[in-house]
Amino acid sequence: MRASTPRWLHGWGRRVVIGVPFLFLVLFFSAPFLVVLRISVSEAVGVRFMDLLTWDDGTLTLRLKFANYLFLTSDPVYILTYLSSIGFALLNTLICLAIGYPFAYFMARSPAPWRPALLMLVSLPFWTSYLLRIYAWKGLLDDSGVVNNVLLWLHLIDAPVRMMHTPFSMMVGMVYTYLPFMILPVYANLVKMDLRLVEAAADLGSTPFRTFWLVTVALSVPGIIAGSMLVLIPSIGEYVIPELLGGPSTLMIGRVLWDEFFKNIDWSMASAVAVSMVVLILIPLAVFNHYQTRGAGRGSGA
Amino acid sequence: MPNSAAPGDADFLRVERLTKRFDEVAAVDEVSLSIARGEIFALLGSSGSGKSTLLRMLAGFETPSAGSIILEGVEISKLRPYERPINMMFQSYALFPHLTVTENIAFGLKRHGWARERVTGQVDKMLALVQLKPYARRKPHQLSGGQQQRVALARSLALEPKLLLLDEPLAALDRKLREQTQFELSNIIKKVGVTCVMVTHDQEEAMTMADRMAVMSSGQLLQVGRPNEIYETPSCRFVADFIGNVNLFDGTLEQDEIDHCVIGTPHGRFYVGHGITGVLGQAVTVALRPEKIELQQQAPSDMDYNCLHGRVAERAYFGASSLYRIGLDSGMVLQVSVPSTERHAGLIAVGSEVYATCAPDSMVVLTQ
Repeated sequence: MRASTPRWLHGWGRRVVIGVPFLFLVLFFSAPFLVVLRISVSEAVGVRFMDLLTWDDGTLTLRLKFANYLFLTSDPVYILTYLSSIGFALLNTLICLAIGYPFAYFMARSPAPWRPALLMLVSLPFWTSYLLRIYAWKGLLDDSGVVNNVLLWLHLIDAPVRMMHTPFSMMVGMVYTYLPFMILPVYANLVKMDLRLVEAAADLGSTPFRTFWLVTVALSVPGIIAGSMLVLIPSIGEYVIPELLGGPSTLMIGRVLWDEFFKNIDWSMASAVAVSMVVLILIPLAVFNHYQTRGAGRGSGA
Repeated sequence: MPNSAAPGDADFLRVERLTKRFDEVAAVDEVSLSIARGEIFALLGSSGSGKSTLLRMLAGFETPSAGSIILEGVEISKLRPYERPINMMFQSYALFPHLTVTENIAFGLKRHGWARERVTGQVDKMLALVQLKPYARRKPHQLSGGQQQRVALARSLALEPKLLLLDEPLAALDRKLREQTQFELSNIIKKVGVTCVMVTHDQEEAMTMADRMAVMSSGQLLQVGRPNEIYETPSCRFVADFIGNVNLFDGTLEQDEIDHCVIGTPHGRFYVGHGITGVLGQAVTVALRPEKIELQQQAPSDMDYNCLHGRVAERAYFGASSLYRIGLDSGMVLQVSVPSTERHAGLIAVGSEVYATCAPDSMVVLTQ
């Protein structure tokens, strides 16, 4: 790989190419995060936040208000919401993996001329608005929606089944939305797998079933991890789907955030919720991801 | 595994009228073949000759369209790859990148349910055999090409297969390493005593390693024999041309006796030291290897037979020998290889007039 990278990439050119987007990301991730962090520990007076550092009579005072964080731990609703967000996100990841892996597998093993078309089908939903597609599920899952009407017409049910505003409808929306994010990295991994490895395993006495687990799945772990991260991390903080398709029983941290910001207008509290989410969930995941991909990369890099 | 001659050893592996058609095109066309126990057999052919398809049918990766494969008297062509007592060393090795050298070698043993101590013992034995003990815990990408090749060999020998298949075993190595590895590889195979079928496009590789070989083209075996038989007595123009360099003279049969025949060609007449039991006037080809021709600048005493006259058109000095391209009076270009037997022997200058002569026993008459 190194030999094929152009020479100029090794000098300042390389730093610019990598540095510019890197700077952009650092700036536009950390700057808002720092603003949120500041708000979460600030005293609010009306709509104004007090300065953290004050200079008064020759005394430099740093005032950090941790009341919001203390309140987070004292009110079980927040803890429950965190847990339920993680639960829904994990379930979403597992379902996406269960559906997406076989999908990616058959796509990667289909004749090469078909693959671009299949790939396009996977990304086809992105061609229409995300919001529109979520709304469409309302029409499908409503009490008088398409699904219920069809089931009634087939006499499989006597009365409409309640699907909207339940955990079910929310999971349908989540899986539907996040599935491509699982399929694409897993596909990218599987398609470049050397199929002679499968033959080698068969030659050494491995049945197709065992070969699948010992060779195909084992080698696609980096793809599975990448896909799972792409699904898990954003679905923890998902707001739109729980809001539109979820019901009162589907506690998600995204909705709590929204409520704190725009219903309770308690920006400090909302910020504390957001910061806690980042610190408690996303940072451990990022660390895990870092070590996992590094370990897997060491195994399959050649 | 002893090499004792039990009855049936000569057809340890029997391939009978084996055919593989892809969309009505026969990649392998009614091939029949017997391979003896303990033999190293090479399938030699250019790409598209069907040699790889034949090998893949032996391994079980392709299902024959017709014919049978009989190993030690048992028909195996219907068995799945993982049910056959056959292992293959893949081209560019197909080592499992996520497993260490030890795990790669142990892979097949574990699938066959060997007990742990037995697996460890066998892996150690294989590592010793290919001299890779210090690398047991490395991953394949941490090994050199030659080391990867030895891991692949150890992996394919670990199950002590009845038949070992080698698919272009040396193609992934660079030239210098390849020459050295040829001997190493055949020594290990001979030491283990396993019967071996290898596929290669490289004639040198086939001739160095194989006890017997087959030249394959368009799905058929053109000639089967020991490497020297195939080189010295090719059965047809294709084989003569495919194995090594050759000068081919088209002509007609003028005399045919038990101990000699005479062929008339536009380039000159040839007196060949064997009969062909042909029909006088029949179209035949005389095959003459470049190293069997002598060049001299004085006209020889007998110029009636086996003497060609021309001028040196080109000359290439290889160190061990020189290759001359002689423009014959008939217009044909004759290739002559002259060994560098003396350090200060003068090379014949380009443009010089030369006579090329050869002995009656140096030529082969080909009828097809």
